[in-house]
Amino acid sequence: MNEEKLVQLQQFAKRVRNHIVPMASDGGCFLGASLSAVDLLTYLYVDHLNLHKGNLKDENRDYLFLSKGHDVPALYGIFAELGWIEADRLKNHLSTEDHIYWHPNRNIPGVEFHSGSLGQLPSVSIGVALDIIIRGGENRVYCVMGDGELNEGSCWEAFLVANAYKLDNLTFIIDRNNFQANMATEDLIPLESLVEKFESFGMMTQRIDGHDFMALEKAFSNIKGQTGAQVIICDTVRGKGLPSIEARADRWFCNFSQPEIQELLVELNEGFGANLVAETLVVR
Amino acid sequence: MMTYEKLLEKTALEDDRFIVMTAENRALVRNLPASLGNRFIDTGITEQTMLGAAAGLALRGRKPVVHALSAFLTMRAFEFTRTSVGIANLPVKLSSFIPGVLSDGNGPTHQAIEDISIMRGIPGMEVFAPADEEDLIEMLPQIWATENPSYVRINTRPAILKHKPYVFGKAEHIFEGKDCTILTYGFMLEESIKAHQLLSDLGYQVGLVNLRNLKPFDGDLISKLATQTSCFITIEDHFLTGGLFSILAEYLVKNQILIPTHSIAFEDRWFKPGRLTEVLIHEGLDAKSLVEKIQKFIQK
Repeated sequence: MNEEKLVQLQQFAKRVRNHIVPMASDGGCFLGASLSAVDLLTYLYVDHLNLHKGNLKDENRDYLFLSKGHDVPALYGIFAELGWIEADRLKNHLSTEDHIYWHPNRNIPGVEFHSGSLGQLPSVSIGVALDIIIRGGENRVYCVMGDGELNEGSCWEAFLVANAYKLDNLTFIIDRNNFQANMATEDLIPLESLVEKFESFGMMTQRIDGHDFMALEKAFSNIKGQTGAQVIICDTVRGKGLPSIEARADRWFCNFSQPEIQELLVELNEGFGANLVAETLVVR
Repeated sequence: MMTYEKLLEKTALEDDRFIVMTAENRALVRNLPASLGNRFIDTGITEQTMLGAAAGLALRGRKPVVHALSAFLTMRAFEFTRTSVGIANLPVKLSSFIPGVLSDGNGPTHQAIEDISIMRGIPGMEVFAPADEEDLIEMLPQIWATENPSYVRINTRPAILKHKPYVFGKAEHIFEGKDCTILTYGFMLEESIKAHQLLSDLGYQVGLVNLRNLKPFDGDLISKLATQTSCFITIEDHFLTGGLFSILAEYLVKNQILIPTHSIAFEDRWFKPGRLTEVLIHEGLDAKSLVEKIQKFIQK
């Protein structure tokens, strides 16, 4: 990846974060999880997937399923930047006049399937991957999952089936931000050693810094030519880009005041710390 | 003779949208791997993954026909049916094996006697209960032709009457009767027909309806019969809650139709497992027991 490309991706991701932060007000959104996934999703949509405005319904497109659906603000921001939806539409967040709410739905161009129930989309991804193989297609399927989501047994059931059917066109991507809703993952249901777990399920597994575009490029260039499904564990930081909320258990669902949002945007773009007094935890 | 398996094979060979799936329940589809190749998918004992994968296949334009034991198909996989198939209203066709009393000796873990209740609660889901294999074969082509998800109580027992042609969404009105009309579905038609004969021999004029569909519900027939019969008696191998009695009650109340209505169903308990013939007698669902109950209802 050349410097120009790297800067382009970094700037794109920052613009996406600027779309996301205002959604954490007037009802709020799952801000921390959205920010941890921005960089890996930016890399995929901008530089990797065979997916563009002209082929969103083409059967030969690549498919990305967002199984950790509560980070959908990252998709909204990316789709706005890609011109798949009007950026102005993001102001309709939580309006019943539009379809922009806390979890993904197919009324938004680019969203392949609704989600929000954790552990739901690994199996749907398997169905799509199977069909592509039956038809002899070359396209690929990507399923983005949260680390907390891995508590759900249906994920592991799906991994068994993906391995059995040698779905070499299917990649599971784990947004490993180390937190689930209200807890650090390792303090509740420890997940490590994740690499060994996935490898023992027969999947080629890589572990990278999920905010490093060069590492993302390298990892995704390695998935082709494998004999079965693959896993890329992306180590990320919950709330990445806003140091005042980063890596905190109590910044999962955030609903800030407008002045706080303005401070957070300053922090995002200029580096000054925000002074937050909003209730730190909204348990959902 | 056409069987479930042969019909499914024929349908899938004629239309490559069809994919046959099973969560390692091959009783109905043993011979299909050979003829369907990679359009036969066995996901192992994974009802949840099977339903999710079926949704994925349907997203790509397929019509998966999925097979599992009724209890696990409807309950283990429920959220995957409701959330992945139901919310997207995808044409995934559920074939439910050993529903109701047909789980005979398995015990309560395998008793799907809330299946109608929970499947009809999914918006867009169509729910069917053919009375026997002939009825099943008559109905399936139309069930599989729709673009909605469907749930079918599979019943491959031999027919005990010659069925009328199936009209989608319509019940089969077998006998008219002014003293009462029995409304039933699925396997319980067998005992209901025997009970009908015994009651006729006793001089009663008893009507009989094979519902065929629980959703859509043939309300037109119910409205018509309400003016021609003295009472309705629902007979079902299902919990009283949420099944045919509930569906009928909802219809009658909504349409402000006043008519005495009685039910024969499992009231808040599982049934005693055993040989099917013994289960029926133990639970009072054999023809002789039905006759005793129906006589009391008529005399009320």
